[in-house]
Amino acid sequence: MADSSSSIDQPSPRRLTPAPADEPAVVGLRDVQFRFGQGRGLQALSELSLSVASGEFLSLLGPSGCGKSTALRLAAGLLKPTSGEVHRQPDLRTGFVFQEPTLMPWASVFDNVWLPLRLAGQSAAQARDAVMQGLDWVGLADVARAYPRELSGGMRMRVSIARALVIRPRLLLLDEPFAALDEITRTRLDEDLLRIQREQGLTVMFVTHSVYEAVFLSSRIAVFSSRPGRVIASVSIEAPLRDEAFRGSAHFAALCRQTSTALREGMSS
Amino acid sequence: MNRLPGWLAPVLVVIGVLLLWEGWVVWREVPHYILPAPSRVLATLWADGASLMQSLFYTLQVTVAALALAVLGGVALAVLFALSRRVEQALFPIAIVMQVTPILAVAPLILIYVDSTTAALVLCTFIVAFFPILASTVIGLRSADPHLRELFELHGASPGQRLRLLLVPSALPYFLSGLKIAGGLALIGAVGAEFAAGAAGKQTGLASRILEASFRIEIPKMFAALMLVSLLGIAIYVLFDLLSRWLLGRWHDSETPEP
Repeated sequence: MADSSSSIDQPSPRRLTPAPADEPAVVGLRDVQFRFGQGRGLQALSELSLSVASGEFLSLLGPSGCGKSTALRLAAGLLKPTSGEVHRQPDLRTGFVFQEPTLMPWASVFDNVWLPLRLAGQSAAQARDAVMQGLDWVGLADVARAYPRELSGGMRMRVSIARALVIRPRLLLLDEPFAALDEITRTRLDEDLLRIQREQGLTVMFVTHSVYEAVFLSSRIAVFSSRPGRVIASVSIEAPLRDEAFRGSAHFAALCRQTSTALREGMSS
Repeated sequence: MNRLPGWLAPVLVVIGVLLLWEGWVVWREVPHYILPAPSRVLATLWADGASLMQSLFYTLQVTVAALALAVLGGVALAVLFALSRRVEQALFPIAIVMQVTPILAVAPLILIYVDSTTAALVLCTFIVAFFPILASTVIGLRSADPHLRELFELHGASPGQRLRLLLVPSALPYFLSGLKIAGGLALIGAVGAEFAAGAAGKQTGLASRILEASFRIEIPKMFAALMLVSLLGIAIYVLFDLLSRWLLGRWHDSETPEP
């Protein structure tokens, strides 16, 4: 909090590519400030401007506590900015995946995935096809009757993703969703997420603190400074194929280096 | 040893204790007005069965009526507290006063103010059982996962949906543990308040039987009535434990073995 005045006056970093301008933004944040509580609460974000275009996979990358999750909640409409503007396309169907699977332990997998449709007034019978389709996307159609505690961590996270997808969202928001999973499970979920995004033409905002994950997944990375957070660099990732070959390429390594440098500059500022 | 069912050991211990007790009384020729043998207690239970059962039924009625009121009142007030911190701040001190004042100290006053002895006993028992249900349900309603709350908000849940689909299931394990405590306390309250009332009136419970028998130095009958009080307490506990298992068995960690 003490350095809140000094970080605002930092010179712009070298690579600041604007969001693609040819399409209207699905979600746009302009000059957003956010404080928790009233008055002198903790300032999480300052002068944050960010927009995500249709079909984009945007990662928000930054150190812990830099306000990435807050930015995601502003994009979801769950929080209102202290000042500045948040613009969401009207009637934007939004799915949200939390850091933890956040399932209802008392409800079966089916009932958990049904929840968003149930809240919209659909009966189990009406929602059945959509729920089974959602579970199919994440490869869990055969455990619909199981309870969350009977599943592994990775499977629970898949259920959580199915729940976000069941409303056929246009915008999918993920808040460090795979951070608690082991490396292999995480890699597999990363790949599944990309496949689903491609198949459904989703617009994705993905919060992470892993440079490698961000570079592998994103079409664009917004690098955040330490708190109060704002975007200090934007890295575009051009790669037609996201596969093992990409992961092992010199191009990938160069992008990771470049992103790491931007991240380090943001943390020292 | 590991193949034996879990209930066998405690049952064997109880049978063993009863046999030792019986043997001691017979061997030392302890007079029954000092310590009756279990066999004599059982015989008394059989002989005085009709009147003891009536008393058991009366105590059971008082306990159940008070518990039902405590559940209704405690849950209703807990929902109110969960909806408004201000209401909680205003009313919680009263709930605490009700909880910390020993019921035996208040019972004589209540017995004076309330005409019907039965109603007075129910009121005393209610006061004892009310607080655990209120306190545990308030915590339970507040314990809902904050991220699930956000999810409900994101998908535009109505207040009714949030209560039914999120808050109530989240509160259920807490409520049930409060209910187990309240069940035991209610029986203590019912018996204690009846002691304060003294043996009087047409309809009386097990406490009056114990008082009566002690005036007449009928020790075996005191033991018989005491045994019925214990059995009633055990029955209440087992009932709520089964209820808890049935409601939470599939999903809550407290009721499921490690996978």
